[in-house]
Formats: sequence, C-alpha cells, structure tokens
Amino acid sequence: MDFNDTPEEAKFRAEARAFLEANLTPKSSDKERLQRKLTPAEYLKAAKAYQAKKAENGFAGITWAKEQGGRGLPPIYSVIFNQEEAKFDAPSAPFSIGLGMCVPTVIAFADEATKDRYVAKALRGDEIWCQLFSEPGAGSDVAASKTKAVRDGDDWVINGQKVWTTGAQFSDFGIVLVRTNPDVEKHKGLTMFIVDMKQPGVDVRPIHQASGGRDFNEVYFTDVRVPDKHRLGDPGQGWGVALVTLMNERLAVGGSYGPDYKEIFEFAKGINAPSGDGPLIQDEAFRQKLADWIVRAEGYKLAKFRTMTALSKGQTPGPESSIGKVINANQMMDIGNTAIEALDHYGIINDGDLAPLEGAFHQSYMFAPGLRIAGGTDEILKNIIAERVLGLPQDVRVDKGVAFKDLPSGR
Amino acid sequence: MNFDFSDDQKSLKDEARRFLADKAGAKVTRRVLDDAAVSYDDGLWRSVAEMGWLGAAIPEEHGGLGLGRLELCVLAEELGRAVAPIPFSSTVYFFAESLMLAGSDAQKAAVLPKVAAGEVIGCFALSEGPGAPSASSIQAKFDGATLNGVKIPVTDGDCASHAVVVAKEGAGVSLVLVDLNQAGVTRTTLKTLDPTRGHAKLEFKNAKAERIGAAGQGWDLAEAVLDRAAVLLAFEQVGGSQACLEMATAYAKERYAFSRQIGSFQAIKHKLADMYVSIEVARSNAYYGAWALSTEAAEMPFAAAASRVAASDAYYLCAKENIQTHGGMGFTWDVDCHLYFRRAKLLAVQAGAPAVWKEKLVKRLEQRNAA
Repeated sequence: MDFNDTPEEAKFRAEARAFLEANLTPKSSDKERLQRKLTPAEYLKAAKAYQAKKAENGFAGITWAKEQGGRGLPPIYSVIFNQEEAKFDAPSAPFSIGLGMCVPTVIAFADEATKDRYVAKALRGDEIWCQLFSEPGAGSDVAASKTKAVRDGDDWVINGQKVWTTGAQFSDFGIVLVRTNPDVEKHKGLTMFIVDMKQPGVDVRPIHQASGGRDFNEVYFTDVRVPDKHRLGDPGQGWGVALVTLMNERLAVGGSYGPDYKEIFEFAKGINAPSGDGPLIQDEAFRQKLADWIVRAEGYKLAKFRTMTALSKGQTPGPESSIGKVINANQMMDIGNTAIEALDHYGIINDGDLAPLEGAFHQSYMFAPGLRIAGGTDEILKNIIAERVLGLPQDVRVDKGVAFKDLPSGR
Repeated sequence: MNFDFSDDQKSLKDEARRFLADKAGAKVTRRVLDDAAVSYDDGLWRSVAEMGWLGAAIPEEHGGLGLGRLELCVLAEELGRAVAPIPFSSTVYFFAESLMLAGSDAQKAAVLPKVAAGEVIGCFALSEGPGAPSASSIQAKFDGATLNGVKIPVTDGDCASHAVVVAKEGAGVSLVLVDLNQAGVTRTTLKTLDPTRGHAKLEFKNAKAERIGAAGQGWDLAEAVLDRAAVLLAFEQVGGSQACLEMATAYAKERYAFSRQIGSFQAIKHKLADMYVSIEVARSNAYYGAWALSTEAAEMPFAAAASRVAASDAYYLCAKENIQTHGGMGFTWDVDCHLYFRRAKLLAVQAGAPAVWKEKLVKRLEQRNAA
C-alpha cells in the first residue's frame, strides 16, 4: 500500500500542474471565483478560451482515442488531471456534461462523417453540448420519455418537452432521447438523436430553483426537424445508447459539495454551545456528530483512492461508485443544518456579508435537497447498488409486455 | 496510487477463507455457544497455530513468520467473517502487540515464541467496572514485584495463561505481565452477551508480576496497544459485517412473501444498500488504518480511531438489519444471525465503546491540527 503515483503518473501530474499554473489562478474565496465575478457571457468566453488551451496542450480528451483528437491514456490520468484542476479556479463547468457524457456517446454511435463534423470542435471548445433526457413525467423512470419524433422523408420531426437540462441556454448541440414508437414496450420504442439547439422550434427557458438560482432549463421542442443521419444507434435502440451515456457518468470520480467536517470544526470553535458554557466544539453531542462526519468524509475520500487504484491497474469502476453521492448529499444537508441551528436565531441570516463562511452553510442547506435528487435520487442509487452490486431481483414491473401507449401515466 | 492489498496478501486472504470455511464457521462457533463449560474451540485454536497465524506478525527471531501487519489485517477480516470462537484477538492484537511494543528483549524471547506456537494464550486486562476506564480511575496496583486488584471483564481471561494488566504504580500507571496460573490469581467465569468467547473476572492478591516498558508509561502504552488493536479489530468487524450482508442478500433472494422474492421490495433493497454503504465506509477507513499501522505513520492515532468508529457502526447496522431481513426466522436460536449480533457488540465495546472512540477521534483531529 502506498499513496504515491507511479513514475509515469507523477510525470503527468507535474505536466498538468505546470499547465494549470500557467493558465489559471488557484482557488481562493468564493467571492473571487470567476463564476461570481464575470457576467455569464464573459464566463462562457473564458471557458471556451480555457478549453481551447487544454486541447492545444493535450489536456482535453485525455482518455479519448488519438484518432478522435484525444491522448489515448487510461482513465487514471483523467482523474489525476481533475484532481489538480480542482485546486484552481477553472472555468470548466460548461463542458463537463458535453465532453463527459454527450460527445463520448456520439463517438460510440455516429458515422465517420458525423464524428468528423462534431468531435474536434467540441474538444476545442468551439461548440458546447447538453444532454436532454429527463422530462416532467420521466425523472427516475427516464425510459418513460414522451417527447416524440416522427419520421418525415429524410428527417424526423420532434415535439415535446425536456427538463433539468444543464447548460441548454448556451449549448450549440444536444443529444436527445425521444419516443419513436409508442406501440411497443417503453424501453424498445426510444431513439437517440443529435439536435441543433440553435434552430427554430427549440425554446429554452430557465427553471427558477427552490434554492433561488437558475442553473437548469426546460427545453420545448415544436416541430423541430432532425436529419436521419443525426440518429445515434438504430430506431428503437435509444435506451441502450442512453445507458452508454450514463455509464460515462461513473468515471466522473470526484466532487466536493460545500463545507465539510473541517469547516464546521473550525466554525464550532467560535460559537457558543447550547449549554451556554464554552464553545460548541467542547459540546459532547456535537463532537459525537463530528466524529460521524469525519469517518464518512474520510471513508468517501479513501473509497475514491480504492477506485483510483483499480483505475491505475486498468480496471473499470463499476456501479459501486454510486455510493459517493448518497454519502455526500446527505452529509452536506446535515452539516449545513447543524451549523444553522448552532447559530440559533442568527442562523436565519444567509446574507453573505453577515453569515459565517459567506453563507456557505446556508447554500448547502438550500442546495442539498436538489443534490439528493439530481443525477439519480438517493432511492434510485440505492436500487442500483442493490440490483447491480448485490444482485437483488428487479422490482415487479407493471410495464413489461405492455405497449407504451397503453401504460398508465397518472394523467 | 496503490491503496489496496498486494496479490500475495489477497491470496493469503483467499487461503484463510478456504481454511476457515473448512475448520470454522457456525457449527464450530455453536459448539462453544452451546456448552457453558467450553470457552473456546481448542481444535480450531491448534489448527490456527499450525498455520502459523498466531505468529504471523511476530519476527522470525522470536518464532513467528515475520510477515507484516497487513497480512495480519487480512487474517483478521476472515476470522471476523467466520465469527471464530478462539482467543485470537486477545492473544495476537493485544497481548503480543503489547510485548512487541514495550517488552524487553528477555520478555520477548521468553514469551513470543510460545505465543507463536499456541502454547501461551494471552489477554489484556484494562476494565475494572462499569464505564470507560481512564488513567486516573485505575485501581489495580503494582508495587514493582506483585499485583493486587480486580479486573472485570477480561475477554478470554478464563482461558488465558498470561495477561497484560494495566495497573497503578506509584503516582502513574504501568503495564505489567502476569502468569495467570499462580496462587495469587483467582478467576471467575462471567456470563456475557457473547458466550462464543470466554470472559472472566480476574482477582490478583499479591500475584507475582513484572513490568513491561518503563514505570509510569503504562497509560500511553495502553493507548498505543488499543490503537493497534483497533485497526485489527476493525478488520474483524468488516469481515463480520460483510458476512451479515451476504447472509441477508442470499435470504432476500430465496425468501418469498406476497408471491415475490422479498429482495425485490425497495424497503429491503434500500436496507441492504445502506449496509453496503456502511461497509464501504468502514473498509476504506480500515485500509487507511492498515496502512498507518504497517508504516508506523504519524497518522496512526487518527486513522485507528476512524477505523474503529466506522467499523463498530457498520457491524451494529449490518448485524441488526440482517436479523430484520430474516424476519421471525432471524430471531430464532437456530439461525446464525444472533451469532453476529452478539459478536458485533463484543467487538464494539471490548477495546473502548464507539462513543469513547468518537471522542478520541475528535481529540486527535484537534491534536493533528495543532501540530
């Protein structure tokens, strides 16, 4: 056991760090972050410029095949780059879904001409991609998508609505999962397409979240035409294509979600305990909770080291990495809630100038409910662990052997 | 990054699992459970000694195999999985580790070869009554040659030939080595939650004893022994938790209710997924503890506490939810769920209860940050 890189990994890490130091500034306070300081348009411009530099220097598509403009390295190198990049204020958010999930799907399923048209431009950051899967009536059960595409000559015509689409407002293209045959079982009547997000009939509207922000969108499709050559996979094979997209999500090892045990530990030194007798950090009930947070945060971090070890040996992580978000989202909720309650009446103030950590605990409190749902709810992730890791049987399905059009949908 | 056991260590683990599947398991554990006169399974103990496991981490010069602590960790996981009814942890994690940590060359040369050969069964006597002990609460008294006082409970104290005892010496605390087969020692067998392991009250009246390590260093040494044991016990706890999860998963696949496998109900799936998550957290922390133990890292006190907290919580969760998944069957004497449920509690309290270790963990975070 050791925590060191192999010599090749260490060399790559040093290379990555040199590139990042030359092009970015280290992360500092939240207020200083590019995303807060710049207008959305300025931020997007900075993001595109940064992505172009990554591509020029061989840090875009690290795991992609060389013929796709990538570097052809094993996944561990991508993890190493992400670890280093996370220490900097990198304007990389607009590309994470497109390059992490959408374009790999295009590479897996599109013909050569289509790949030539799209892949290089995406890698250089000239064009941004989004993923259009969820619908108002198809969240956890995304295969219940109702947005439909009907064949018309060499085109397909799409009508319907997608929801929770990250980055749709600035995306050039998307991959969209639609129903092309409602007369067969629901998983068998879906097809995946590349869609031009800037064409007429595509209407992007921001969602006003419960947390106050507007990070996601609804996307309406009205008679949107897509050429058949933009189909990914055969008609009716869309569910299999979608699973490939979602599998790429698992490689996205990482993610820090607001203040963790170290922050609330520091915070607890400067706040009164409920007994009124000394600081909260001396309160035994608080200390017992803190210990629980420590073992979960450290356990999650160390589990990632185990995943990295598997990657380093050339193995592919399986569905077991689903545990990360279940642990993190709930811990983020709990820590935010505990800090707010520790502040007593003052805890209601979330003004960044008055609240501790510029209101970061409050942000956790308001954002964690969304995180417990996004990218697979706690419940769905636990189903995944139970079914794919432990091998438990699927729930009894009422949608097997029934045409999609005959399924009850509650409305 | 290589945060995993080596291929050799993994094959040792596979070998241990096959060996224990053959020589140990519920049938062997139940022999001890069902016979109040028996405190451990002698046949299994002899087999384990023959395999060299008792001396796995003891240097070759003292009759051991001279392997590292990582090898001991993989053995611990398998012994935990098998709910082995032998005084392995008392002898190896506590007693032998105390001697290797603080014993003189003469003490090591005299005792460790006998441990490795299975001729000495050791135990560790710290508790003196209800509640967590502290340096100032210890009443047992060592005067430089003899020991007086009472220790209760002492795990495996009924079958051990030797004990390491935490005792007062002058104004401080020392660790002392005592041969339990002498006139000055009275043993009383105790009834406990986990009858698959022996427990005793030990009374010392002018019992001959010798100090291990320097006078007055006993409490720090005891803490260091507890840290080492904490990591090794964490592996036993992870092994036991994993056995519970596998048992519950298998039952959820074969048991039908409402004309379907109960494992198809989300209420059961989510329960088992929670068990899985707790084990992953515990295993990852235990691996870190193993790394710290084997490299004598400065992180050891923190890593040991984190290992122990995560593993105690995981085993409690897994053992109780294994019973729940089995329904009424799980509450019968004949189904093995309660073996794990009993052992989970012994392992959780025997080297300091979870709340004590949570407090230690936070204190060590404070110390680490202050350093």
